[in-house]
Amino acid sequence: MTAKFTDFITEIFSIFRKKRTFKLGLYGPPNSGKSSLANKICEDWTGEPLSSVSQIPHETREVQQKEQVTIKSGSKSLTFNIIDTPGIATKIDYTDFLKFRMSSKVAKKRAMDATKGVIESVKWLDNMDAVVVVLDSTKNPYSQVNLTIIGNLAARKTPVLVVGNKIDLRKASIKKIQSAFPQYNVVGVSALKGTNIDGFYKSLFRLVK
Amino acid sequence: MLSLQFVPSYELASLSEDDKMKKLLSYVKANNIVVMDGRLKAEEEASLIKYTMGMINNKFKGIEIATVNPNEKLLQGLSKLRINIASMLLGRSQGLTVIGPATIIKDIKKNPNKIQLFMKRRG
Repeated sequence: MTAKFTDFITEIFSIFRKKRTFKLGLYGPPNSGKSSLANKICEDWTGEPLSSVSQIPHETREVQQKEQVTIKSGSKSLTFNIIDTPGIATKIDYTDFLKFRMSSKVAKKRAMDATKGVIESVKWLDNMDAVVVVLDSTKNPYSQVNLTIIGNLAARKTPVLVVGNKIDLRKASIKKIQSAFPQYNVVGVSALKGTNIDGFYKSLFRLVK
Repeated sequence: MLSLQFVPSYELASLSEDDKMKKLLSYVKANNIVVMDGRLKAEEEASLIKYTMGMINNKFKGIEIATVNPNEKLLQGLSKLRINIASMLLGRSQGLTVIGPATIIKDIKKNPNKIQLFMKRRG
């Protein structure tokens, strides 16, 4: 009788465990490829992209979310809410956008929206079950923004996977990112070309298991 | 005119997080490079970014921030212990924080022993 009751309780808990949805945030500096990676994940598992992407910084100026994305790796599957956040920066200069043939009015509006996006990103840090920090592997990883993001996640004890994106580019160096953040698992990908995306999914499963 | 503003950690210790951020940013907006002993906590750095974003306009474009810690790998045995005890007794974190206006500081490069400030060339 007791054994049957225990089995029943275990089954009930396993149902809830299977249905658990992880809030997975994609964080990083502007133009590191957060939206490209979010799109790759969503296209792979739902057939639809999540965010628009652009070479112009601060393309994502509002938090974008795709709910109930079930990812499979081997025989296991996990369900995520994928949350693509605006790039975090300490400065935003509207004149930087003028180089992309934007009018002054449009550039100023974009800069204003981008500042609100950064504030929103920081606020969302408290809501994540796990975070993928997306860094541009062609750039110096020791920026204050990267340190602040990782420091805040560590302070909140949020599980973190560091992704070095753009590994298809000549200047890419995953080793630099690994030496900057030795306490984290670092996986190199090209979100745009899909390089090592299976390696990314495996690392993601290890992160939230 | 650009000037360096040294902010001792005790000057900020009694302030609320909001007041601390407002004070730091008031110095930076007045074209000062703030040099602060100790480090901001990770949460305070995030808060500083939020406040900075709220203040950005056509003139104030944001901040550059760098924190420098003594290289722990170089500190061993008694030296490390001495610094840790001193920090604990004085109630402050190690290192140095430098915050400046983004329009003026082109880059803040760090190494364990010195900070180089590269000023934006004008004209």
